[in-house]
Amino acid sequence: MPDNAPPQTSALRVLTLPEPLKLDCGETLDHVEIAYESWGEPNADRSNVILICHALTGDQFAASKNPVTGRPAWWPRLIGPGLAIDTSRYYVIATNVLGGCMGTTGPASKAPDGQPYGTRFPVITIGDMVRAQRAFIAALGIDSLFSVIGGSMGGMQALEWAAQAPEQVFTSVPIATSARHSAQNIAFYEVGRQAIMADPDWCEGNYLADGKRPSRGLAIARMAAHITYVSESALKRKFDRGLQDREKTSFSFDADFQVESYLRYQGHSFVDRFDANSYLYVTRAMDYFDLSSRSDGRLADVFRDTPVRFCVFSFSSDWHYPPEANREITRALIAAGAEVSYLDIQSDKGHDAFLLEEPIYEKALAGFLSASAELRGI
Amino acid sequence: MVEQRTVRPDHEAIARRVHQGARVLDVGCGDGALLDLLKSTRGVDARGLELSSETVGIALARGLSVIQGDADSDLELFPDDSFEVAILSQAVQQMRRPARVLGELARIAPEVIVSFRNYGLWSRRLTLIRQGRMPAPGLAHEEGVLLPVTALDMIELASRLGLACVAMAPVRGSAVGEFRNKGLKRLNWGADEVILHLKRI
Repeated sequence: MPDNAPPQTSALRVLTLPEPLKLDCGETLDHVEIAYESWGEPNADRSNVILICHALTGDQFAASKNPVTGRPAWWPRLIGPGLAIDTSRYYVIATNVLGGCMGTTGPASKAPDGQPYGTRFPVITIGDMVRAQRAFIAALGIDSLFSVIGGSMGGMQALEWAAQAPEQVFTSVPIATSARHSAQNIAFYEVGRQAIMADPDWCEGNYLADGKRPSRGLAIARMAAHITYVSESALKRKFDRGLQDREKTSFSFDADFQVESYLRYQGHSFVDRFDANSYLYVTRAMDYFDLSSRSDGRLADVFRDTPVRFCVFSFSSDWHYPPEANREITRALIAAGAEVSYLDIQSDKGHDAFLLEEPIYEKALAGFLSASAELRGI
Repeated sequence: MVEQRTVRPDHEAIARRVHQGARVLDVGCGDGALLDLLKSTRGVDARGLELSSETVGIALARGLSVIQGDADSDLELFPDDSFEVAILSQAVQQMRRPARVLGELARIAPEVIVSFRNYGLWSRRLTLIRQGRMPAPGLAHEEGVLLPVTALDMIELASRLGLACVAMAPVRGSAVGEFRNKGLKRLNWGADEVILHLKRI
């Protein structure tokens, strides 16, 4: 069982934004703290900065071990010396998103009254996350980014950056993502939120003050979401109908099947490292994401004549943000007259493929970044 | 880095028809060999469209801007005159709707360069007349039967779409003939493959 204390966060690098942050909901947050991590070195004119944006349950530890959870880097195959996101050439920064729970201000943070925000935290958007990142890089003295790269929710941020601040982004790499959450996406995350809120230990969002954690609800939320991150064929390949440590079914509700045991493990291991209210807020931000709504439903108009170079990736067996959602982004960018590349990688690993070993994807990303770096004189 | 490959003579010939620094779209660009050549020898702003995931991966790895997509449905997205030159190299015969594809290219760029296998070649005509069979590659081709088209057919289609042929060259194996703006009938009779440089009238 997880202990009831919030994660120990003293080992984190944190910057406090100098100005209050205005949010889409109309509220303002003061003293926003942004937790971050970086690799490589900035060049003289700081033109080699890459921002890595994490997915729903990711964090800033893209390329090094998380000292709080002990979990390994989540993008070790892509970020490092000589890798696609080459830390001997680029200065790579990752931040924990606004509303997150790895050191950045979120619902588990203390409100001005000294108590955790809980559900008093304002509802945030992907746009707010990016505005926080923009304020953050400005505070670091960085004017513009060579690239914004992210998968899943990180891809939404990569798109949002290009839409919000095209003059500050040289390239944008949205991976396995969507420009708008579909009804199916919203539906799955609503199941997760309802599971959390149905847990009596959620305490109307005040569980931290009450010394509790809605671990059962959060674990179920994670289990439901996790199903959408893997493909049917990968589940079949890994487990099929295999039984867990037994010869035959037990005629009970134990985890007879390996896939049940696997999902339970995914759920239980998640609650130790993630805050349930953060899960509510961050999934809500994704649900609200619809870039095209800013231009009467015409996504192309959002990017009309944009100077940003794009490289969009999808994975053939991803049914969370399927190839079609990424193709829609690409088609809008073509119509907008943008310079865009798009590759749908053949993979049976589902949505999670963007985190896994896919040599074609690694080489293609390396080629895109390297050619872009030459154009930028890096 | 991508290893040095031998440059195909027909690619070299096409590259000679593209002006320095042009904005070029290569439709059916494969692994990007022609785009790479155009980029390094003509300094063009090179973009590609290609159906196959595998070859798009190779093209991206060599640093080219390529979209994995279907010419039959995606070309209509490109704004008018968004390119100066559009290229259809050895691709038009695999399209489901070649007339529509060529029409879209004429809208996207004022110049179109198209190369294809010429079924007007005398030996191909003889194969059909004497043996009653379609000339190779026919059914054995891995992409399926190539659309049988002659240089005359293509020029007629182009003119219907508002494109005039300003230069044409025959290709046989590794040899590319001179670009000329006359002698179409001879070309149609004697060329294995044909490169046509078309311009909007």
